[in-house]
Amino acid sequence: MARPRPEPMQVVKQRRDAALNAIVEGVPYIRFLNITFDRRGDELTGVLNFDDKLIGNPLLPALHGGVTAAFLEVTAVITLSWEYFFPRIESGEIDAEELIKADAVRFPKTVDFTVDYLRSGLPRDAYARAFVSRSGRRYASVRVEAWQDNHARPIAQATGHFLMPQNKSEAG
Amino acid sequence: MVDKVAIARRFIEAIPHARALELELTTIGDGEAAITMPYNTELVGDPRTGVIHGGAVFTALDTCCGAAVMSHPSAPGGTATIDLRIDYMRAATPGQSITARATCYHITRNVAFVRATAMDEDQDLLVATASGAFTVEGL
Repeated sequence: MARPRPEPMQVVKQRRDAALNAIVEGVPYIRFLNITFDRRGDELTGVLNFDDKLIGNPLLPALHGGVTAAFLEVTAVITLSWEYFFPRIESGEIDAEELIKADAVRFPKTVDFTVDYLRSGLPRDAYARAFVSRSGRRYASVRVEAWQDNHARPIAQATGHFLMPQNKSEAG
Repeated sequence: MVDKVAIARRFIEAIPHARALELELTTIGDGEAAITMPYNTELVGDPRTGVIHGGAVFTALDTCCGAAVMSHPSAPGGTATIDLRIDYMRAATPGQSITARATCYHITRNVAFVRATAMDEDQDLLVATASGAFTVEGL
């Protein structure tokens, strides 16, 4: 039996980008901090686009520690959601168009989040990548790190636990 | 003592991101601080529920912890977060302001230990708790 022809690249890209946009867009706080996501295949990198209002110490100046923490948490939650949706979109179980509908995306809830501040955040863009250590039916554990000019010199790292969204039919 | 409180209040209110979140320092002194963050639709984490994003609550708690350290009688001046852990108990009620209260319960020459709580207008149920370690810096 012949293998089906691969889909044209533009079709694949458009579907994946539409799905990512559906997850990220519409969250006011992500827009407020101006966080965007770069996608390479299934791998996401969060980008915190610098703005003066993100400063926490005007004397240094440095990013606010709360902004760094929020950036790490947003990256963790979006990566966790993405890793949940990506295979389902690729297999056709979920239609990327359907994700755009308001009630399709439900985010994991943060149970706890622990941030280590390693270096002060400079007044420029920052990047973050999250690694899902475990994702079960109810709980997930995620590690995430943020850096600026030099990936080998992270400005902060965090670990968090999350409660996965439950289907209403499964909820007792 | 009064001077240090005034300095701390000015310092907090001069923080650009604290201004962006409209944080208001309501209490400060002797290692304790309270900060209120008004409800703001720009800070919503889930547009279907209108609940404030945990990251904004984290920022209010972090700022409040820093203020508590600076107001401690044994703190010579500034501080920076070494680590901070937050536990989320429940979603903050949409439309309500959030109040963070922090206590610097122990301080050494180098490290300050802080715990904090966050509540909305329901004063019986916690929204979040936090605990962390902060640096102790000279002025």
